[in-house]
This record gives sequence, structure tokens and C-alpha cells, in this order.
Amino acid sequence: MNQIPLFDTPRLTVTEFTRRVRRLLEGDKALQDVWVQGEISNFSRPASGHLYFTLKDAGASLRCVMWKGDALRARGMPLHDGLSVEAHGKIGLYEPSGQYQLIVDILRPAGEGALYAEFMRLKAVLEAEGLFDPARKRPIPQFPRKIGIVTSPTGAALRDMLNVLSRRMPLADVLLAPSLVQGEEAPSALVAALQKLNTIYQPDVILLARGGGSIEDLWAFNDERVVRAVAGSVAPVITGVGHETDFTLVDFASDLRAPTPTAAAELATPITIDDLVFSLRASLERLDEIIGRKIYERRQGLNAVNTGLKFYSPERRLMTEQQRLDDATRRMSRGLGGRLALESARLDGWRDRLESLNPLAVLARGYAVVSRPQDGKVVLTAQQAPAGSNLNVRLAEGSLDVEVIDNS
Amino acid sequence: MSNSKPIEEMAYEETFAELQAVVAALESEGRPLDESIALYERGQSLARHCASLLEKAELKVRQLNGEVLQEGA
Repeated sequence: MNQIPLFDTPRLTVTEFTRRVRRLLEGDKALQDVWVQGEISNFSRPASGHLYFTLKDAGASLRCVMWKGDALRARGMPLHDGLSVEAHGKIGLYEPSGQYQLIVDILRPAGEGALYAEFMRLKAVLEAEGLFDPARKRPIPQFPRKIGIVTSPTGAALRDMLNVLSRRMPLADVLLAPSLVQGEEAPSALVAALQKLNTIYQPDVILLARGGGSIEDLWAFNDERVVRAVAGSVAPVITGVGHETDFTLVDFASDLRAPTPTAAAELATPITIDDLVFSLRASLERLDEIIGRKIYERRQGLNAVNTGLKFYSPERRLMTEQQRLDDATRRMSRGLGGRLALESARLDGWRDRLESLNPLAVLARGYAVVSRPQDGKVVLTAQQAPAGSNLNVRLAEGSLDVEVIDNS
Repeated sequence: MSNSKPIEEMAYEETFAELQAVVAALESEGRPLDESIALYERGQSLARHCASLLEKAELKVRQLNGEVLQEGA
């Protein structure tokens, strides 16, 4: 802490002065982690996303700022002038305007503080008793056949959970133990439902769930009796109360905490029907593969034995004889056929030669044979056919009788 | 490997467990072929039952009613 020197009157610039005041304020530990209760006024939420407002009560007012990141967490809360709130944060000094302010990181409706204090007190007590001990937590069965549900019979949470369960594990049996989930009567109803499930149905796992709501709506799940019933449940309990950000005491006592009812149903069915189909298919393939290999191996063995057996069997000699006979027959018929072909070729040769010697063959190429009809002699010279004599002309096709007109 | 219960009455979990046991038994060597084939056929029946259970599976939902609640109270 800085002491103002007594022996000299200091002379400071405004910046130096402001900085000293700032250090003074920020040096006070009590102002660095503090809850302040008051009523919101001058509330504004500019485009930057930061929140600016003033907290006031009958006697004073306090400027406050809440940076965007923290403001996002308070967005579920309708903030407006006149709202009574509790703001948590630390002192800060904005040098350009020389104004001190509360830099708020948590904002909640007034009255929640008392609930929160009770929550913390009970949590400490139960924790000290060992109710939340991680060693007490039981594993969630991989393949639950009987699933117990404790929730409101009319809520969306039940519908969501049943949807998930029937999609993921339709082989399961579900027993709903309907219960009030908010209000004065809710804690005893929840306790009774848990006990009924455990004694009458003996499920493999219990889902204790409720849809989202305000902290007051969820309060039954912070009730000591309910927390103890969860810790004492015979079947492991999965809690899915409210939303991701909501933590209730049953969450600490349960064997597994799910962020939502839907997630609780998913965590209750680690193995899905798709997994079952997949591993069934794999087993079936394995079965076929093994028996196929076994039969193949046996057949191979059988073949080997058979081969050996055949080698020595009379059947083999019979077959050898048969083969020799076949062979001889084949050779014989091949020999016969060969001779026939040879004869045929020779015949063809003679036929060709005969043809080439046929004197009339040339007629086909346009020549003609001229003869004298009276004696049939072939006329070779013009002298043999004087003018006026008749001749016969033989063509390739038919013949002509002609008269010699001129002989030169 | 034999089960006293007929396959049709077996629940999925035990059927599948037996199927896996059948596969494991088949995998181990030194078994006569006829025994292997009998095992294989048992495995096929188990697998068929599993498949039909999966096909027919439908979430069964019941609710504790007032009488039952009073009974336990």
C-alpha cells in the first residue's frame, strides 16, 4: 500500500494521480472477488456485445460493465432496468473518465444466492460423507436389457429418451416410473419412484431425467432425500437433468452424469443395434470361413489319399489297359484314314492330268475346230477349203455349219 | 455347447454369446469333421435366431401403474 509522503506536498499529473487511485482500489483484495446486490438501471447493450448498467439501492449507485464473453453466459436471463440482481466481479477504474466501476463476470437474479449457498452447504455435507466418491461409482452395463426411467410421464424428456432408446437399442425393455419432477411433492415422489423401480423391476440401469428449466424448477434434484436415494440405488443411475450447463446434486451422486435426458439415453446404450448387426455379420462370416477351410483341408487330405490309392489299385491297371487299347484304336484309325487320303490325292492327280490332255479344253478359251463335213477331216490350211465349200465349226458350246465365201 | 432351452426361446444376449462360443470352438483344432459340421449348423441356427430377433426388435415400454406403486409403498 502506498503512503502519501508527509514531508512534501506531492505534485502529480492527472494520469499519475488516477493511476495511484486505481492501484489503491485494485489493491484491496475484498474488492477483487465480491458479490454486490442491487437493482439494474441505465441498462444498455451496444453492438460491441459488452453490457453497461448501473446497480443501485436506496443509498448509492455503482457503475458496472460486463464484458462480452461473460455476458454471453448470462444471455438466458432477461435483463432490464428495475431487475433485482446479484453481480459478482471486481473493482476497476476506467482512467479516461476517472470513474471506478464493477467489472461483472457473473450475474444472477437476486435470491439465487440463498439457494446457491444451500446447494454448496449440502454438497459439502454429502461430499464429506463420501456420497460423491468416484470409487462408489458403478460401471454402466454395455448391454442393458431392462432400463428403468424416472421422469415426468408427460414431459418432452421422456419422449426424447424413448426415441433414442428405440433407435439405438430396441431389444431393451423399458419401465417408466412416473414422477413429479418439480414442486414441493417432487422429492418424495422421485425417491418413491426410484425405490419402486429397484424393488419391483430390478433394472440393469436407471435413467433419472428432467428437461431444462430454471434453477428453481430443477431444485428437487438438489434435495437431500433424492440425492441419497440415487446414491443408494441398487441399479446404477444415469442422471440427465436440465441442460449442459446445469449441475444438480444428483449429478454428483449418480454413477454417470449426462448433460441432457437425450444424452442420458445414449449413455445407457453404449452398444447399439447397428453394432449388434455388425458383429453378428462378422460372426457369421467367420463361421463360414472356418467350416469352409476345414472342409477344404479335409478334401485336400482325401485327394492325397485317393491319389495314393489309385496308384496301386487294379482299377488303375484296368485303366492303363483301357488307355492302351484306346491308343491302338486311335493309331489304327489314323493309319487307315491316311491311306484313304493318299489314294484320293493320287486319284485327283490323275484326273488333273487327264483334264490337261483334253483336246477340246482350248475351246473354252475361244479357239474353234474347223472340219470338213464330208470326211470329218480337220481343216488346217486355207487350201483345204476352196470357196463355196461347206465347213463345220466346233465351238466350246455347240457347232456351226458355214460356207466359205472367199479363199485367198 | 448344447443348451437345454430351444433356440427360439433364447434372448439375444445368450444366443449371441453361444454363437461366439461356437465360433471359438470351431477355431480350435482337432475336432472330427462331423462334429465340426454339427457345430457349424448350430452356429447357423443361432445366427438366424439373432438376426430375426434384431429384425423384430421393438422397444417395449411399460409404466408402473398406481396399483403397483401402492403394492410397493
